[in-house]
Amino acid sequence: MNSTNKVINPILELTGVGIEFPTPKGPYKALTDVNLKIAKGEMISLIGHSGCGKSTVLNIVAGLLQATEGGAVLEGKEVNEPGPERAVVFQNHSLLPWLTAYENVELAVKTVFDKSKSKAEMKEWIEHNLNLVHMGHAMDKRPDEISGGMKQRVGIARALAMEPKILLMDEPFGALDALTRAHLQDSVMEIQRELGNTIIMITHDVDEAVLLSDRIVMMTNGPSATVGEILEIDLERPRNRIELADDPKYNHYRQQVLSFLYEKQRKVEPLKKPTSDKKINEKKIA
Amino acid sequence: MKNKFTSLPNGLFNWGGSITDEAMPTWMQEAIKAIMLPVAGILFFLLIWGTVAQNIDTSLGKFPGPSQAFEQFKTLITEHNNEREKEVAFYQRQDDRNVERLAQDPNYQVKVRRYTGKPTFIDQTFTSLVTVLTGFILASIIAIPFGIMIGLSKNLYAAANPIIQLFKPVSPLAWLPLVTMVVSAVYTSDDPLFAKSFVTSVITVLVCSIWPTVINTAVGTAAVSQDLLNVSKVLRLKPMTHVFKVVIPSAIPMVFTGLRLSLGIAWMVLIAAEMLAQNPGLGKFVWDEFQNGSSNSLGRIMVAVLVIGMIGFLLDRVMLTLQRLFSWDKQAVLR
Repeated sequence: MNSTNKVINPILELTGVGIEFPTPKGPYKALTDVNLKIAKGEMISLIGHSGCGKSTVLNIVAGLLQATEGGAVLEGKEVNEPGPERAVVFQNHSLLPWLTAYENVELAVKTVFDKSKSKAEMKEWIEHNLNLVHMGHAMDKRPDEISGGMKQRVGIARALAMEPKILLMDEPFGALDALTRAHLQDSVMEIQRELGNTIIMITHDVDEAVLLSDRIVMMTNGPSATVGEILEIDLERPRNRIELADDPKYNHYRQQVLSFLYEKQRKVEPLKKPTSDKKINEKKIA
Repeated sequence: MKNKFTSLPNGLFNWGGSITDEAMPTWMQEAIKAIMLPVAGILFFLLIWGTVAQNIDTSLGKFPGPSQAFEQFKTLITEHNNEREKEVAFYQRQDDRNVERLAQDPNYQVKVRRYTGKPTFIDQTFTSLVTVLTGFILASIIAIPFGIMIGLSKNLYAAANPIIQLFKPVSPLAWLPLVTMVVSAVYTSDDPLFAKSFVTSVITVLVCSIWPTVINTAVGTAAVSQDLLNVSKVLRLKPMTHVFKVVIPSAIPMVFTGLRLSLGIAWMVLIAAEMLAQNPGLGKFVWDEFQNGSSNSLGRIMVAVLVIGMIGFLLDRVMLTLQRLFSWDKQAVLR
């Protein structure tokens, strides 16, 4: 089951990544010894309970946080600051509300292709990316004039327009309703098939993880969270959510993730202030 | 229809009967509400003013009620028109005289003297407006960039904050003597572009009204959402692009809040400064009337009070309109 080191020639390599945050009560160790290799064109999901450090892993890859131990290496270069080759799709779209969809993508394109593209080429490239996410019709709308799903589409277009080596998605569909989410998941699969992007996606959603991923990285609970298990999803692409719903293999994968999350890593959410049941959680990890 | 109408205060608007007609569209009800409620408020105020005024006796006679104030307002307008006519006549006489002299003696050096009549109420109002706008615009030109700078850097903010907090609560009256002395000492020229009194008033207004804009701009700049800052980092925006594309648009609502507070303070400060320093403007008008002490003085001061209030209100409306114009968020409810 553990296929961490199977990948030959990884595009991204996390080695012994750990991070400590200073708090008034002393340092808090959020992550410890995270090891992960990702091949080019792979679609990876990070799944785990909230607070387990999924976002922290993503932020370290993005360069928004600095690992205190170990590090991330992208195509042989260590990551130590944010950059457009590791584009991020944020959970709440994070579009600039005073710019139209077109202008939001333009801001990214202008900074990334400052010297390499002419004005006409840029315009074409911006429009191409907006069309890719089916937002060509609403290019001149501002974020407050379009729906949540459409905003997220523009967010994806902005990230794709940077031509990133790796696309980082932080719960990209978490704030959307189920139907819109399914729609966007299909879009992402379609785009990934077409462009062959390498993607790391954070999710809470078991179905989403199984449907979209080549591998699911399941994380243990924090503090000192790390990679618990890695599940390889061997389902043929293109994947169809309706056919898969009846597929024994698909359901087996789902069962495995569910079992990891709810049996091996069961998180007791105390209704009252926690007294000393932190210890119980840690025992369960072992 | 009927149900919606219950949201109106029925006691006030049921006189007509026809107003509550079933067929009345909602927008019309809204329009009536928008006009009638303020009118009712104003009428109520006039009633209270009139009643109270009749019961106050001062050494200058009864306190002026609405009708006396309105009388004085008309007088002030007439005085202004008369003064303008005199001025026109003065220049006419001067021109005629000069033409005559030149005809007699071609070598005569023409002398043009300015009319030196007493400034009227309207002249004083105009002077005050020019002064307050000059002071406010200068204050904004300094305050906005300064606010952005200290908003962007926590260290700069920590350094500037004690100074801001120290000077923010200082009354204009405390600054005024210092400003007057410094202007007298420093601003010396044979042919000054502006009068010293104007410069003194402008500087006093500037010093007192700069703080709300500085503070609000700084807070708005520092409060840019972490998500947008992350976007800026991932895109590796250049510092200037970052400031102009991300920081300033996001701070604009707060900047305008500051500007509106500043303009309000500027207007209040100016009247006080003019009064104390005897600098031309509405403040001087009020003080002169007070010193004059005729039976009309209180009425004329009351007119000044209302005009000062009216101008303050209009200035704020102008800022609100500018805010609507500059704000990207057209849905925001602005008050």
